[in-house]
Amino acid sequence: MPKPGSVAIVGAAELVSPEGRFPELSQLGLHARAAIMAMKEAGLKPSDIDGVACAGASPTEVAFYLGITPTYVDGTAVGGCSFMIHVRHAVAAIESGLAKTVLITHGESGRSGIGRGGFGFARQSLNAQFEGWTGPMGPPTMFTVPVLRYMKTYGVTEEHLAMVAVVQREYAARNPNAMMKDPITVEDVLNSRMIAYPFRLLMCCLVTDGGGALILTSSDRAKDFPTKPVYILGTGESVETPMVSQMEDFTSSRAFRVAGPRAFQEAGITHDDVDHLMIYDAFAHLPLYGLEDLGFVGRGEAAQFIWEGNTRADGKLPLNTNGGGLSYTHSGMYGMYALQESVRQCRGTAPAQIPGVKVSVAHGVGGMFAASGTVVLSNERP
Amino acid sequence: MHDYSKVLPQATPETQPYWDGLKEGKLMLQRNKETGRAYFPPRPFDPRDPFAEVEWFEASGKGRLLSYVISHRPPPGFEAPFAIAVVETDEGVKMMTNIIDCPQTPEALQLDMRLELAPTKVNDEVTLPTWRPAKEA
Repeated sequence: MPKPGSVAIVGAAELVSPEGRFPELSQLGLHARAAIMAMKEAGLKPSDIDGVACAGASPTEVAFYLGITPTYVDGTAVGGCSFMIHVRHAVAAIESGLAKTVLITHGESGRSGIGRGGFGFARQSLNAQFEGWTGPMGPPTMFTVPVLRYMKTYGVTEEHLAMVAVVQREYAARNPNAMMKDPITVEDVLNSRMIAYPFRLLMCCLVTDGGGALILTSSDRAKDFPTKPVYILGTGESVETPMVSQMEDFTSSRAFRVAGPRAFQEAGITHDDVDHLMIYDAFAHLPLYGLEDLGFVGRGEAAQFIWEGNTRADGKLPLNTNGGGLSYTHSGMYGMYALQESVRQCRGTAPAQIPGVKVSVAHGVGGMFAASGTVVLSNERP
Repeated sequence: MHDYSKVLPQATPETQPYWDGLKEGKLMLQRNKETGRAYFPPRPFDPRDPFAEVEWFEASGKGRLLSYVISHRPPPGFEAPFAIAVVETDEGVKMMTNIIDCPQTPEALQLDMRLELAPTKVNDEVTLPTWRPAKEA
């Protein structure tokens, strides 16, 4: 197991705009623009990069397009948490000598749809045979299917779900790049258009263009870079099922329960050590599942935890401080943006900066409770 | 009724008996011959013990409503609002489905209500495993 803090992020860049659009760039172009921004920040050239990891394009495309000759590639593509998993694999690769400097890229023309692949399932796939014929129209009508069971089990209400969006909008209001900044109330959320009962528009993520890139290297080399290093303390990953209907438990994600504790264990931290938390919020229920499955609160306690203000900027556990997928940006695979916000919070450069952040956790979901990746970051090397 | 032309499933060798069963109004599932436990979706082995012998059997066609959403985003051929639901069969497997012969409202769709299989024939090749509120309690 890698030693906590042995690998650091020395370059980080994000492509997010308040309009949610980059109409001048294809999906591959977004990967490349973000990568070049991160390389510039870190003072690196493509010839300095020997590891490439990405999702939404193949590492072959990204390496070719940027003129990189890698000795390590990782094309793990399990949805929006792929980037957390790329970080995990990059740590292992750097620690074992497969590569010295790994570039992780994300680019997604989610709104403009330029150079974006299709999402159809073959008629003989598991998804088409056992879910697709029921008439889903994307994640808003599928990722949400388990939630009524969760709500009935724990007495969670639509008001509770709405509050998740309300609190995150408070952070977005402080973020110049957030797409949605106007304050909202629980009533506003409950009056917004019904998408898939019990989910209303403001409980669902945005659809944007965007991208991001990270550069990782050995922490022993980190002092040679102009940026403030952010150390990787621990990571975790898992998958459960390609079909949301086949989750073992509709009130909890097995992939979360594997990835999260593993990351904490590798990092050697407890929940009390966490100053800042990102939980991928494609929809308003995900922070609830995440808080419980990562063990920050007990079963069924997350909704009340958020309702009482614990995840606000002045609360005990600031959560989704960029505004999240609900209010900041969501190009389709949001995990990269969660990581970028964790990096900013550790560097002390976030728009809604939480004072004194030392340890941040970025927790991602892939597909619809299909996969998960967790990364524990810190501005201090243990 | 729904027009499923865009999303019709197609059987594989591993799932053919399941789809064939539906054409005859039967829910064919598989179970571990030793433990008797059913699993889903069909595959030629039990994921809990891939070395055990397995067999097809006709399931009860009874279950309960585990969870659902009521979609207001209809794909071509669907009329909104309509429920995308998951039934848990009495044999303990979960299946995503549509609930027919029932208002598509939160009031009519109560979690844990009893359901029964009510297959919908689309064409000679495909009959879909739709469910409806159980006639007897």
